[in-house]
Amino acid sequence: METLPQEETLRENMARRSFLRYAGIGVAAGTIAMASACKKDKNNNSSNVIDIGSGDVGILNYAYALEQLEAAFYVRVAASPYANITATETALLTDIRDHEVAHREFFKAALGGNAIMGLTVDFTAINFADRTSVLNTAKAFEDLGVAAYNGAGYLIKDAGYLTLAGKIVSVEARHAAYIRNLISPGSYADNTVVDNNGLDKVMPIAQVLPTANMFLSTKVSANNYGYNI
Amino acid sequence: MNFFNIISEIEKVDPEFQDRVSPRRAAIKNITSFGSKVAVAALPFAVSVLFKKAYGQTATVGVNDVLNYALKLEYLEAAFYNQGVAATALNIPAADKAYLTTAQGHENQHVAFLQGILGSAAVKPAASYDFTAKGTFPTVFTNYDTFLAVAQALEDTGVRAYKGQAPNLLGNQTVLSAALAIHSVEARHASAVRQIRRSRGVNIKPWISGSASMANDTGISAVDGNYAGENNVMQGGLDVTKLPAVSGTTSITAAIESFDEPLTMAQVVALVAPFGVS
Repeated sequence: METLPQEETLRENMARRSFLRYAGIGVAAGTIAMASACKKDKNNNSSNVIDIGSGDVGILNYAYALEQLEAAFYVRVAASPYANITATETALLTDIRDHEVAHREFFKAALGGNAIMGLTVDFTAINFADRTSVLNTAKAFEDLGVAAYNGAGYLIKDAGYLTLAGKIVSVEARHAAYIRNLISPGSYADNTVVDNNGLDKVMPIAQVLPTANMFLSTKVSANNYGYNI
Repeated sequence: MNFFNIISEIEKVDPEFQDRVSPRRAAIKNITSFGSKVAVAALPFAVSVLFKKAYGQTATVGVNDVLNYALKLEYLEAAFYNQGVAATALNIPAADKAYLTTAQGHENQHVAFLQGILGSAAVKPAASYDFTAKGTFPTVFTNYDTFLAVAQALEDTGVRAYKGQAPNLLGNQTVLSAALAIHSVEARHASAVRQIRRSRGVNIKPWISGSASMANDTGISAVDGNYAGENNVMQGGLDVTKLPAVSGTTSITAAIESFDEPLTMAQVVALVAPFGVS
């Protein structure tokens, strides 16, 4: 911890002097200074962006990020129910909350030290007292989750992880169908999500994250995976 | 140890075996010297590595096999809804008709889609299906609640069948993505049919529930096999009931509901056989 102030001083010094003059001191010293500056930038999240990483861990973190978002949303919904909520809606939305929390905790535990940090959500756009606002957000999250899992499946290298993703995505699809029927009976798989071949939406990471990030203060990127936000 | 006999046997059925193992045929001939340097105990490992190299993850089931398996199930589901929606004796309530015609439309689209991918390799549908499943559901097209019960079993089983095949399509962007996109549509159907049943007084949820001793939450013991193993709580080596929840740890109900389980091809084939699927 004592190295932190020194790094701080080093960076201030670097900012004051020109980089070229600093680099002239010596290659080795310059490399160390650069490395520590970069490392610090990544760790303190000063830019408030967290990267999912690469490989299967990256995809699992991607799923973990989306499950964090969904879990936080339903925890709020259950804690402050919208006006005139029915007993069935209360029971089943609480079920969904518990499923999403289980998904979140599963990814967190499975990823262990490779897990990204807990994300801070931004739900200012949602009126939790209003049924329409809550259910339309739920629909957007569930359809997004299904499309995200469907889109990331082929990127997974490990058969066990692929099966796990499959075990979760069908539960998300069950949620999506329920929420959609609450909003409009019979819309559980309408042509806004299912195409003329009877296929559900498949969305790439580059399309999913900007939508998810609208509800996150901590922005999630996939730059290290090879996809831009 | 018939290791070298095994290789020569494989070469009889797969003349390109040596090339599959190594692009340079000479390399495999050096296996004798390789073997002599490796402890005998290590040989089984060496053999399994060779087989993996030669046949990859799709050693037993090819992509077309998976697609034809899916097509057989889609033929069954499409025929089921086609006959059900047309059966006047069912008296399907007007409010439910749109639910069912949506699912019917998708199953027929799945048939056409899979036929399109497979082309001339596509299997043919059965000449006829027995939706009573050899008399297990005698009122399937005369009693609406029976029809819904069979619909739910078929949809939940369809979800489990697709899920079970995902590893056989590992890394195949086009086919795996399409299979996943059908898989989640089947899950939407399963959820919707469960919702209709719930609205008709059946104590059931849009998702598959259960308990430590019960994996089939439909109340119909005839479909126990369709739900075998659904009450699993171990995921990726982790016991989900030990994970934190909003308060305390995850309930066994939530642990069961939050993960759907796959079925193997053999399990599904046995389950749909009574309907006339071969």
